[in-house]
Amino acid sequence: MSTQYFALPRLSLRFFPIWRRHWLVWKKIAAPSILGHLADPVIYMLGLGYGLGSLLPEMGGMSYMAFLAAGTVCYSTMNSASFEALYSGFARMHEQRTWEAILNTPVSLDDVVLSEILWAATKSLMSGTAVLAVIWILGLSNSLMSLWMIPLALLIGLAFAAIGLIMTALAPAYDFFMYYFTLVITPMMLLCGVFFPVTQLPESMQLVAGALPLTHAIDLARPLMSGAVPPQALTHIAVLLAYALVSFYVSLVLFRRRLSR
Amino acid sequence: MSAVIRATGLQKSYGGNRVVDGLDLSIHRGECFGLLGPNGAGKTTTLRMLLGLIAPDAGTAMLLDLPVPQAAREARIRVGVVPQMDNLDPDFTVAENLLVYGRYFGMQDSEIEARIPSLLEFASLTSKRDAKVPTLSGGMKRRLTLARALVNDPDVIFLDEPTTGLDPQARHLIWQRLRELTQQGKTLLLTTHFMDEAERLCHRLGVMDNGKLISQGTPRELIEQNIEPQVVEVFGETSGQWANEHAAKFAQRFEVSGESVFCYVQNAQPLVAHLQAQNELRYLHRPANLEDVFLKLTGREMRD
Repeated sequence: MSTQYFALPRLSLRFFPIWRRHWLVWKKIAAPSILGHLADPVIYMLGLGYGLGSLLPEMGGMSYMAFLAAGTVCYSTMNSASFEALYSGFARMHEQRTWEAILNTPVSLDDVVLSEILWAATKSLMSGTAVLAVIWILGLSNSLMSLWMIPLALLIGLAFAAIGLIMTALAPAYDFFMYYFTLVITPMMLLCGVFFPVTQLPESMQLVAGALPLTHAIDLARPLMSGAVPPQALTHIAVLLAYALVSFYVSLVLFRRRLSR
Repeated sequence: MSAVIRATGLQKSYGGNRVVDGLDLSIHRGECFGLLGPNGAGKTTTLRMLLGLIAPDAGTAMLLDLPVPQAAREARIRVGVVPQMDNLDPDFTVAENLLVYGRYFGMQDSEIEARIPSLLEFASLTSKRDAKVPTLSGGMKRRLTLARALVNDPDVIFLDEPTTGLDPQARHLIWQRLRELTQQGKTLLLTTHFMDEAERLCHRLGVMDNGKLISQGTPRELIEQNIEPQVVEVFGETSGQWANEHAAKFAQRFEVSGESVFCYVQNAQPLVAHLQAQNELRYLHRPANLEDVFLKLTGREMRD
């Protein structure tokens, strides 16, 4: 592999016109998109919250519905960034050749990849905020601290967008993404503390969960939702940031290689 | 004359396969230069290197006096590209495609909006301003792609097979527009498979094969330098037998392709007189053209 693939990202403000392009596309389909962001997580939260919640006195020191609420914001945020980075990103790179059109202008691949990450994170911000709004309306969280969930949604979005773009860079076709959702996203949803505390898992599985980004996101989200300062907040933030930065770099190297033909 | 595009010893390999092999090229300001070659000859790879999208393994490329890929970003501010495959934004209208694309060049919205009416007029798309891209015909899409390549008022325009897949009406309109651009003093570099397109549009041509530029010059020079001036095509079931027995007597050079025999001659009169007496054969006598040159230089066998 040629050394020029490994150069550090050269970033510029030229990512912004690309972000505006994505925004203009999104505005045309805003209504179904918002519904899509909301329906799935809210139905999960209400269904499990009422159904299981009536059998469980409490979980982690709060009602099961409130426990679920923090996890729901995080996993819906993870999902929207992942879908955007994988399916929509692949469409723009491969199917519609949008990237090719952009790369013929004075915009570089580094700018394009940055704009993909920031756009997918923007989608996370929107879906996280939408779910949060439902939670506030239902009275499941009434602490001002829960406002910190908004920047957290952006951070989670950055991490999962960057990880997802690694898959996009490697994907020969859409089918490839099933591996990622089945082997990475679904296990995270089930192991990282969305539905029950990670401490319920056997020790070995707890170790695995501790390395996964969604665990750190939820460790930040749950105290914030109930109005507390998360313990070891800086560590969790650092882990999420590290996932975002390292994955951005890895995906960029892979895209440079893929598009050098 | 100053060269707007200059390549020296350009080389690129993919997986041990040398796609571009020591290419030297110099294109002057205001010139329309056509790159001809069979599929896989290295035309698109050459364009991508000249645009600074990929780095050559060896050699140098200059675009508008800037070295590429090192200064590709600065150079591309003054370059427009019409790609081989359609890559318009399907979610947008015609005008939105132009607006969004202009922003990539760092242009202000007001600046782009001011250019859109004249771009639409140039592309004969004024009435389609608010139409969505999927509703456009193939010819309209191509014209919009051309208009999009002009949004930044470029000095140089790269066109990769600009009329492939279009019907004759649509091709003629594109040709007319490309001639207008050269009249405005813009430099055009285009690739094509169509010899009539190359002959009509291009001041100079280069024929590429196996990554090398094997011949270049004006269309007339290419014909004069490479091939006999007259061609007689002989058809019929017995043409193969006729070729074995008689062709060499009349033609300096002939080629058999299926049931056709192509005879390349300095003077066609003796051959034509002979053929008039052959009832079972039909023939066509015509001046040599670029396609004859192309087939002579790159061979008749299929490439893919």
